This record gives sequence, structure tokens and C-alpha cells, in this order.
Amino acid sequence: MSEIVNVDVKLATNKFHVDEGHQHIILKDNPDMNEYRKLINACPAGLYKLDEDGSVRFDSAGCLECGTCKFLCGDTILEKWEYPRGTFGIEYRYG
Amino acid sequence: MSEESFDAIIVGAGLAGCVAAYVLAKAGADVLVIERGNYAGSKNMTGGRLYAHSLESIIPGFAKEAPLERKVTKEKVTFLTDDTGVTLDYHNGREQTSVEESYTLLRGDFDQWLMAKAEEVGAQFITGIRVDEILTQDGKVIGVKADGDELLSKSVILAEGVNPVLAEQLGMVKPKVKADVMAVGVKELIELPQEVIQDRFNLNNDEGCAWLFAGSPANGLMGGGFIYTNKTSVSLGLVCGLHDIGTSSKTVPQMLEDFKNHSMIKPLIEGGKLLEYSAHVVPEAGIHMVPQLVGDGVLITGDAAGFCLNIGYTVRGMDLAIASGEAAAKAVLTARENNDFSAEGLSSYQSLLEDSFIMKDLKLYKNLPEFMGNPRIFNQYPKMVADIMQSMFTVDGSASQPLRKTIMKHCKEVGYMNLIKDGIKGVTSI
Repeated sequence: MSEIVNVDVKLATNKFHVDEGHQHIILKDNPDMNEYRKLINACPAGLYKLDEDGSVRFDSAGCLECGTCKFLCGDTILEKWEYPRGTFGIEYRYG
Repeated sequence: MSEESFDAIIVGAGLAGCVAAYVLAKAGADVLVIERGNYAGSKNMTGGRLYAHSLESIIPGFAKEAPLERKVTKEKVTFLTDDTGVTLDYHNGREQTSVEESYTLLRGDFDQWLMAKAEEVGAQFITGIRVDEILTQDGKVIGVKADGDELLSKSVILAEGVNPVLAEQLGMVKPKVKADVMAVGVKELIELPQEVIQDRFNLNNDEGCAWLFAGSPANGLMGGGFIYTNKTSVSLGLVCGLHDIGTSSKTVPQMLEDFKNHSMIKPLIEGGKLLEYSAHVVPEAGIHMVPQLVGDGVLITGDAAGFCLNIGYTVRGMDLAIASGEAAAKAVLTARENNDFSAEGLSSYQSLLEDSFIMKDLKLYKNLPEFMGNPRIFNQYPKMVADIMQSMFTVDGSASQPLRKTIMKHCKEVGYMNLIKDGIKGVTSI
């Protein structure tokens, strides 16, 4: 039954206005790995990744602005969480 | 700083915000809505089903002109394990009054329509502008700061959604709501031809189906799956409680993928095309997360106020958002008459809510969030029901057992005491 999900393919169907150079979510340096693992599991956009060498990789482009990471980990792991500036970010055509 | 002062500035052009604007502008108040997305609804998503009653009382006959998808006439609830499904299936062919009806919808279309209705009666909207800050003077809200501009207002209605960053700035909402009262919803909108949807879901013309799934969709965590039929698409998704997500064996996107590939679900969406993938946090704590709702010059509505009711077989948020937007607007109108926009002057918001279904229903179901936190509901009971069904429907030539013995055997696996305890708790919390 289980097929490995490819979230990037799903995100590619969405309309985004990426605010180049403005990350609206910034991780703390050396985030707590227990907290980070929660976000790997929870982020619907799969933005919280682990590289093969175990280092963290995060990019806020592709963010669905759902708020999960903010509620789940808040300032234990996030340096900054804000919405993208006006007009930028996800634009749901259907919702 | 602008000299003009609005009667109300509303942050967010979702359902609560648009309705508040409509009610205020219709009564002649000077109202401005500020929305960070490029159009009303561009940041919103829903499962999505609207119970019509609250909007019907504000805009009678709205369903005839609003962009709705299908009128829900079929309700299904399924206990799902990884490889089985037991469904309760209700078809409602009876006449309903307009307040009893409910509709599937998509927020992109619907919110724009609602915004246009508010504009028709004189509300002003600005889109594509993010409100960065609420302006206060001596502890009283006096306006907003957006894109560097300061806009003054006698009152501010926060309709900013489940993640209320501005209400947090004001200290009205605690910045970190405990994750165990929050859930995340993910959804795929899957395009299918109209006839295919009607065939697969057994629907007449504009009828729709609302289908909830308990059990395996959320990997045994609190939550469940959903399917709502639209005209030419289905909204398929799941909601998963966040409290145990750290120990989950699957990621949330993987849960959705596995749900889609379940042998019961796959044939329903076969050949469909993914149109959009969306996600949002869902406030699940009921009355326990309702914040301070009124301050000097400020009111909190909709999801930002935690107005959401998940009672297992129905999930509601939009009708509460609409009614709370209306109540906030009425409170501002009262304040405007008395020229008193202090917390005291706006306090009729609180009493309007107390007298409405919002607070009454939230209070009625106050124990439900805790009950729903019980993992047996999401893993053991669906399996128990499936095992009973399998025993009932399997004929393999071995000597049959009396039905009560078969049922008792499977109940014993969960534990009689657990069943009795959960039964009593369940019955008393709904």
C-alpha cells in the first residue's frame, strides 16, 4: 500500500509568489534535534529536511503558511516566524 | 499618519472578516478590511463544508447566488484500518429548510463572492497588504500599521485566522498554545469529471457527499480523514493531532499518501488530477482555547478566537466564524451609537456570543477534546469493529458461533472496562 510520498511534486501544482531573499521563517543555529524531528514529521510541505550527513536543511519557499511549525515548536527552534509580506507566499486558487 | 479614522478596521478577509464588514457597512459604518493575500480567500482553505444557517440569517437566500459546489445529501462515517473499512451511510432525501442545508465549497471562489457582497454595501477592501502591527495608545487600540502606513480606527476586529500573530502581540492570545490542542489539516483537491463523481459517490445532479474517516488515516493519532465532493473535484484530506507527532512512524504527507492509496479510497479518485495541495492548522481545543475576546478598541473573531467544533461526526468552523463576525459587527455598532469603543463599550460582543449557538455549543462539548485525545478511539475501536464485521461475514465451513459470542470475543480484546469507561465518557461528552 505504502508508496513513498513526493511532496515536491504536490507543491509544484500550487501557485506561489516567492519573496526572493526574504525568508519569513528562520531556524535557530544548531536546532534541538528532538524538536526538529517533530517538524520533519509534521510539516505538510516537507520543508524540514535532514541531509545524509545528518545536518538540517530548511528553506521557507514552498511554505503553505499553515502555522504547524510555529505551534509545534515555537521559539524552541525558530528564530523568526512571520507571514510573508503582502502579496507574497502561497496563493490558493481553490482553497 | 492619516487623519481619517474608520469605525472599524478588520484584519483578514476570510469569512469572519467579510461578514463583519458586510454587517457594519450595511448599517452605514465606515469600515476597511485589510487582507495580506492578493484576493479574499487566497490564504484560506477548508475541508470543506459550510452549514448554511448562520449566513442564511445574514444574507437570506445566499445559496441561490453564492459560488457553492454541492448540497450535502449524503453523510458517511467510516471506521478505517489499514485494510478494512466499516461505514455508516446516510442518505437524506427529505426536504430541508434553507437553514438546515449544508454545502461543499471552495474558499477561493466563495470568499471573493462574500467580499464583493460587502463591497456592494459600502465596505472598503485593500488586498496584498500585510498588517504588521496593532497601534495602541495608553493601552487602547487605535489602528493598525500596514506596509509602513499607519491607519487610524475607532475599533479593530481581528479576523486573522487560526495563527493570530496580532492578537499575540496584544497579549490577548498566548503565543504558544499547547500543541496538544492543535491539529494540522492537509488536503488535495483532485479533479474528476462531473459524471464520474456522481457515479462513484452515487449522487444525483447537484447533490454532494460528506465523508469522514476515523482510524488509520492519521496513523492511529487523534484525527481522521475526509472526502467532500465538489462539482468537478473532490476535496480529500486528513486532520492529525500534533501532540504525539514526534513519535509518529509516518510523516503527515505520508499519512495522506497512504490514505489516498487505501484499497477503499483509491478507486474513488482513480484517474483524478491533482489541482492543489493545501494545509492549515486546525484549532481543536474547543472552549478551552477561547482567548480574551474583547479589549479596549479590539475584538477577536473566527479561528483566531478558537471557534471550531470537532465532534467526530461533524466538523464545524465556518458557520461559527460567520456568526462571530456578525456578533463583532453588532458590538461595534452598539459602541458606535454610544461613542464608547472601550472594552466596556464593546462588551456586548461577549454577551451576543454567550447567547448564540457558538458559546452554547462550545460549552456543551467542553469535555470532548479530552475524550478525543483517547488513542483507543483512533486505533483499537476501528479494528474492533472491523474484526466483528469480518467474523460476521466470513463463511469458511468451520462451525458457526453465536453472534453474541463473536462480538464479545472482539470486545474482550479492547477490554470490557475500557469499553464501559469510554462508552460512558463518550456519551456524556456529546
